[in-house]
Amino acid sequence: MEIRIALAGNPNCGKTTLFNVLTGSTQFVGNWPGVTVEKKEGYLKNTNSGNASDKIILTDLPGIYSMSPYTLEEVVARKYLVGERPDAILDIVDGTNIERNLYLTTQLTELGIPVVIAVNMMDLVEKNGDKIDIQGLSKALGCPVVTISALKGTGINEAADAAIAAAKRAAEPDGKMIPHHAFSGAVEHALAHIEEACLHNMPQEQQRWYAIKIFERDEKVLAELKLPEATMTHIEADIKAAERECDDDAEAIITNERYNYIAHALSGCYTKKSLGALSASAKIDRIVTGKYTALPIFALIMFAVYTISIGTIGGWTVEFMNETVFGAWIIPAVTRFLTESGCAAWLISLVSDGVLAGVGSVLGFVPQMFILFFLLSILEDIGYMARVAFIMDKVFRKFGLSGKSFIPMLIATGCGVPGIMASRTIEQERDRRMTVMTTGFIPCGAKMPMVGMIASALFGGSALIAVSAYFVGVAAVIVSGLILKKTRLFAGDPSPFVMELPAYHAPTPKNIMRGTWERGFSFVKRAGTVILLASVIIWILNSLSFENGFHYIAEGDTSRSILMVVGGVIAVLFIPLGFGSWQTAVAALLGLLAKEQIVSVLGSLASMANSAVSDSDSFALIGTEIFGGSAIAGYSFMIFNLLCAPCIAAMSAIRREMNSGRWTAFALAYMCIFAYAVSLMIYQFGSFFSGNGSVPGVIAAACILALMIYLLVRKGYKPNKASAKV
Amino acid sequence: MKTLGDIKIGTACRVIKLHGEGALKRRIMDMGITKGVEILVLKVAPLGDPIEITVRGYELSLRREDASIIEVESI
Repeated sequence: MEIRIALAGNPNCGKTTLFNVLTGSTQFVGNWPGVTVEKKEGYLKNTNSGNASDKIILTDLPGIYSMSPYTLEEVVARKYLVGERPDAILDIVDGTNIERNLYLTTQLTELGIPVVIAVNMMDLVEKNGDKIDIQGLSKALGCPVVTISALKGTGINEAADAAIAAAKRAAEPDGKMIPHHAFSGAVEHALAHIEEACLHNMPQEQQRWYAIKIFERDEKVLAELKLPEATMTHIEADIKAAERECDDDAEAIITNERYNYIAHALSGCYTKKSLGALSASAKIDRIVTGKYTALPIFALIMFAVYTISIGTIGGWTVEFMNETVFGAWIIPAVTRFLTESGCAAWLISLVSDGVLAGVGSVLGFVPQMFILFFLLSILEDIGYMARVAFIMDKVFRKFGLSGKSFIPMLIATGCGVPGIMASRTIEQERDRRMTVMTTGFIPCGAKMPMVGMIASALFGGSALIAVSAYFVGVAAVIVSGLILKKTRLFAGDPSPFVMELPAYHAPTPKNIMRGTWERGFSFVKRAGTVILLASVIIWILNSLSFENGFHYIAEGDTSRSILMVVGGVIAVLFIPLGFGSWQTAVAALLGLLAKEQIVSVLGSLASMANSAVSDSDSFALIGTEIFGGSAIAGYSFMIFNLLCAPCIAAMSAIRREMNSGRWTAFALAYMCIFAYAVSLMIYQFGSFFSGNGSVPGVIAAACILALMIYLLVRKGYKPNKASAKV
Repeated sequence: MKTLGDIKIGTACRVIKLHGEGALKRRIMDMGITKGVEILVLKVAPLGDPIEITVRGYELSLRREDASIIEVESI
C-alpha cells in the first residue's frame, strides 16, 4: 500500500535535516505549482515496520509558523494538507522552543489527519537542564510523541514508524483521528453552533478545522464553502457574541485560545530551568549585532565572502575554466577531432563557436558558484543570515527590498548570475522578486571591459567613467525599487518584518554540502537547456546570410549575416539614443551572449570599417568610426548596455528564480525600457546642453523625466490591508 | 497609550492588547505575542530599527512601526 506522510514544522526546527536523513538520495526537488516556494519529495529509505511492498512517500512542507491565509508558504502548506489530505503528518517540534512550536501543532491536529509529534533537539533541552515529560505531553495533546535528534540521527526511524503506524490505524473503519483539544466556553459554544449549522454533512474528523476557519472568517475557506446567506447571518451573530464577550476580534480570540491551551498543556509536563537567564545566542548577539560591533563584523564577513568567491579563488576558477578548460583544451580538441573526421566547416563552427563557446561561457561560472553557495550555506546554517536582515533592514526596506538583498547586490558587482541566485535566501516572495529584478542593474565584472573601452575611446581614459557606472547602477536599483514598490504587482502583499532570530549553532557539514549542491546543480541543468538553445540561435543568425542566396558565411566571405541585417533594422530604435548604427546594434545583440563580447565585436567592426589603422589603436578607432567622436553617444551606449537585459546566463538565472515565464518577461522588459529611457535622457539632455540638441528630442526627454518623477512621488497602489491577497 | 516601540532597552513589559487587524496582527500573534505575555526588549539594530525582543523563550525581531500596534504596560 502507498502511504503519504507530510513533514510539517516551524522554520529552523530541523525539518529539512530530518527529511534528508529519512529519504537519502531518493528525493526530488521542484517548486510548488506557480510559486517560488521549493517543494521536496522523497521515498522513505529504511523502516522497521511495515511490509517491503509499502511505498512511503514523504513530502517536506515549507517551514511555517501558522496556517493563516496570509503568507505564501502557509497557503501552499494549507492547500496541500486540506486538499490532498496525506495519510499522516509528522510534526517536528523544536524542543528548545516548545511553546511557540506547539502553536502550529494545535492547528495540525485539528485537520483530522493523524499527527505524530517528533520533539527535536532533545539533547540540547537536556543540556540546558530543562525537562519535558513525553508521556504527559502525549496525553495532553492526544497524539503520539517521540523524541529525536535529526542532527545525530537518533530516534528518526522510530519517528517514521510511529507515523506509518498512525496512518495505518486511521485507515481502519473506526480509527479516525478526532481532534480533542478544547477552547474556553464562549468559543466552543460558537464552534458547536457553526458545526451544527453548516458542517454536519462533512466527515466528522474534518468538521473542527472548518468550524474554526469559519469562526475566524477565513476568506479562503468561506470562498470554498459558499455558505447560503441565511446561514452566514446566523453564524455571524454567534461570532459577534463571542467577540463581545472576549473583547477582541475572532482571529485574535482563536490565537489567544491556542496559546492558553498550550500553556495549560505544558504546565504539567514541562519545566524550564534557566528562567530569565540570557541564552547562549543572546550572548553571542551582544557582539555580533551589538550597537558598535555589528557593522564592522558585517563588513568583515561580507569582505571575506566577496574576496573568496569573486575576487581570488572564485575569479581564478572562472579564468581557468574559460581560458584553459574550454579555451585551450575542450574547444581546440573538439575542433581538431571534427576537422580530422572531415566534417564541414559550418558544422565545426556550430559546435565550437556556437554550442561550446556559448555553453562553455556559462559552465565556466560553475566552480565559482559552488564556492559562493558553499559560503552562503555556511552563513545560513549557523544562523547569521537572519542577522544580516536584522542589521540591513532599515536601509533596504525604503526601496522595497529586504535586508537580505544586500548579499545578492554585493555578489552582483562580481557577476550577476550568482548574485541573482543568492536571492534564494530571502523568504518573502515579493522581496525576492524585487531583488531578482534589480540585481541585474549592478555593473558586473563582464561589463567593466566595455566601460573601460568607452572611457579610453572617448574620455581620455578618465577613471570617473567607471565610478559613474557604479553610481548609475546603484541609482537604478534605488529608483526602480521606489517605482516598483508603488505598483500593483508589488504592493499587493504587505510583508511585515516579524522575523525570528534563530539560535546560533555549529555548522553541520551535511546540510552545507546539500545546500551547496542543490543550488549549484540547478544552475548546471539550465546551462544544458535554455542556454544551449540560445547559443545555437545566435550562432545561426551570426553565421548565415540571405545575400546572394541563403548560405553559410565561410571565412573571408564579406556578405552580411542575418544578425547584421537584423541589427540594421533595430538600429533605427537607437537613433534617439545617439548610436543608431548597425554596428552598435549588433554589438548590443551579441552582448546578450556575454557582455564582454561587446568590446571585441565593436573592435572588429571598427577595423572592418577603416582597415588603414592598425589594431593597436582600436579603442580610438571605435570612438571615431562607431560613435563619430561623440562622447555623449558613447556614454549613452555604455549606460544602455549596463542597464538593459543582462547576458543569457543571467537571464536564465532570473527565469530559474522567478519560476514563471511571465515574471521573467516582465523583469526583462522592465530592464530594457528603463535602460532605454535613461539613455535617451542622457543623450538628448547632453546634446542640448552642449549646444547641438534637437527640440523634439529634448521635449521627449523632458516628458520621460516628468513621467519618472511622477512614478517616484505618486501615492502608489495601496491594497485593502484586511483582505491582503497572496 | 504605551506601545512596545516605547519600551526602554533592557526592560520588560506585559502585553495588554493588540490593535489593528489583518495580516500584520495575525503574524505578530502567531509568533506568540498575545494578551498577557511577557516581553523583554533586548536591543535595537545598529541603524536604529528594527528591535530585538525575547518572547516565550526565543528571540524575535520586528520593526518599530509594526511594534506600535502592541499596547503594553511596564513591569
